[in-house]
Amino acid sequence: MMKDQPLSPNTVSSNTVKSNVLFSVQNLGKRFGGLVAIDDVSVQIEQGQIYGLIGPNGAGKTTFFNLMTGLYQADSGNFLFDGEPFSPASPHQVARMGIARTFQNIRLFSSMTALENVSVGLDCHAKSGVLSTIFRTPAQQREEREIKAKSQELLDYVGIGKYAHELATHLSYGDQRRLEIARALATQPKLLALDEPAAGMNATEKLKLRELLVQMRQDGKTILLIEHDVKLVMGICDQVSVLDYGKIIEQGSPAKVQKSPAVIEAYLGGLNHA
Amino acid sequence: MKQMIPLDLSKTSPVMANSKTRKVAGVLMIAISLALLPWVAAHFGNSWVRILDIALLYVMLAMGLNIVVGFAGLLDLGYIAFYAVGAYLYGLLASPHLTDNFEWIAAAFPDGLHTSVWLMLPLGALVAGIFGVLLGAPTLKLRGDYLAIVTLGFGEIIRIFMNNLNAPLNITNGPQGINMIEPVHIAGVRLSKGTEILGLEISSLQLYYYLFLAITLIIILVCMRLQNSRLGRAWTAIRDDEIAAKAMGINTRNVKLLAFAMGASFGGVSGAMFAAFQGFVSPESFGLMESIIILSMVVLGGMGHIPGVILGAVLLSGFPELLRHVVTPVQEAVFGKVLVDAEILRSLIYGMSMILIMLYRPKGLWPQKKGGSQ
Repeated sequence: MMKDQPLSPNTVSSNTVKSNVLFSVQNLGKRFGGLVAIDDVSVQIEQGQIYGLIGPNGAGKTTFFNLMTGLYQADSGNFLFDGEPFSPASPHQVARMGIARTFQNIRLFSSMTALENVSVGLDCHAKSGVLSTIFRTPAQQREEREIKAKSQELLDYVGIGKYAHELATHLSYGDQRRLEIARALATQPKLLALDEPAAGMNATEKLKLRELLVQMRQDGKTILLIEHDVKLVMGICDQVSVLDYGKIIEQGSPAKVQKSPAVIEAYLGGLNHA
Repeated sequence: MKQMIPLDLSKTSPVMANSKTRKVAGVLMIAISLALLPWVAAHFGNSWVRILDIALLYVMLAMGLNIVVGFAGLLDLGYIAFYAVGAYLYGLLASPHLTDNFEWIAAAFPDGLHTSVWLMLPLGALVAGIFGVLLGAPTLKLRGDYLAIVTLGFGEIIRIFMNNLNAPLNITNGPQGINMIEPVHIAGVRLSKGTEILGLEISSLQLYYYLFLAITLIIILVCMRLQNSRLGRAWTAIRDDEIAAKAMGINTRNVKLLAFAMGASFGGVSGAMFAAFQGFVSPESFGLMESIIILSMVVLGGMGHIPGVILGAVLLSGFPELLRHVVTPVQEAVFGKVLVDAEILRSLIYGMSMILIMLYRPKGLWPQKKGGSQ
């Protein structure tokens, strides 16, 4: 759907690396004061996978997300993306590198239309500067037209094309989640990290979201999925990691994870008490 | 403005053509009325033309502040500092002050400093822009009230510097200010004298009106282009949600600094024009109250909405003058003497109207409308 531009030297080197690993982190650790939020977590995501990261509330899933996208700084851990080591120091660099994310509590640009929200994502790789904007050079005008057209394309892709000119906040909850995905896709990520995309969705919306996720995988996107909804995760993920109290308690295929006593303890044990 | 070419021309073209001719007609109407305005005003007296000139200076200022406050959402209470920087820069480079006080400058410029307006405009923008970055850089992590406090301090620092930099080296001439600033010369015409074109006498104030109008229109055009671009979107994104903006690959530091620099540069241009227009600058023109008035223009008009901000600037700069011209004569006619000074009444009505607007139109008189039924 979208042309992959040679954005960074990483693209070149990725061809030379034999392994199919897109993203990996070894021994990630993060403390908040005395609280160990993430403890020695290692994750490896292969190209074209939907990778699920699940765990009970407060297990550290979102902290993991914030660490890998540069919102928090890790205390320890070695990151590898597309065959190159990197340290997620600032969110905008991580985004430009090719990791896009959505937020657990939707963070859209409220005074912008849906189309403009997506355009902001596309601007990530746009080239026009101050002067070309002020003088409205042909190149800048062309870029603006392309951004508009591509934004519309992305909105259509996630299925909310008809709301392009509505304010983002006027969209329904489920559509806002889709808009966030479209906006993240607009930064042309190699890895799309979704933080609880199904949260607050009804059954129909969840079903549609699932279709979208499968579609994105078919279109070659690699997805990291944080989710509460075990059914959704088990249904579509290729690999799953289960976090509990900042530690990985199980890792592997959904079938394997489902049978793991540790996972059952963490999830069902909790359920029984509730 | 060029819009995207609609894909289905056959369906939309009649409508487009219609709206296009309407647009052209509208622009023409506005252009003609703007061109005729100083003549209509002159009919009622020269002071009205002067009010128009001042209003245009305020529109420039409000447009600049609108970039910082309206677009990028950075509350700046020291904006007048950039106006001061532009005004003093022009004052210093186009008056005998420096050559009178510094021998080496007098030696370097035996004919005195007469900097052309064509140099002063970009220079004023540049220097004020640099000051904008100077203010922006240490305040990058601040938002809202905290940013307001720092910028307020910055504005005061600049004013106090202007007030005290007359010793040991007399740079700004202290509270006396800088005198004998040269008026603008364009193509051999001294704008302070007035001229005659094709038998039509144009007064100095009218000449300044056209100069200011031209600059204002350029500033408005620049603002409009910036708003509908990658940069404008980045500013709005930061205003709406800074974390999400970062996650979308926006380098918030650069984009914020750019907002400060752009906003400041318009203030600098406006200040340079003010100095040339008045022929005199002193620190008292650049107090906190001025910053607040400009902020009020932006907020009253509709933050981030260019036509709204223009309206706010025109209203708030014209309204006090209008009162001054109306209140005293009316009181004299009715009571035979002046009971309430126009100045006092002005502050009263000013404050009252601000309260009412914030109560009933919190988004401003003419806010931006987006989305919804179109």
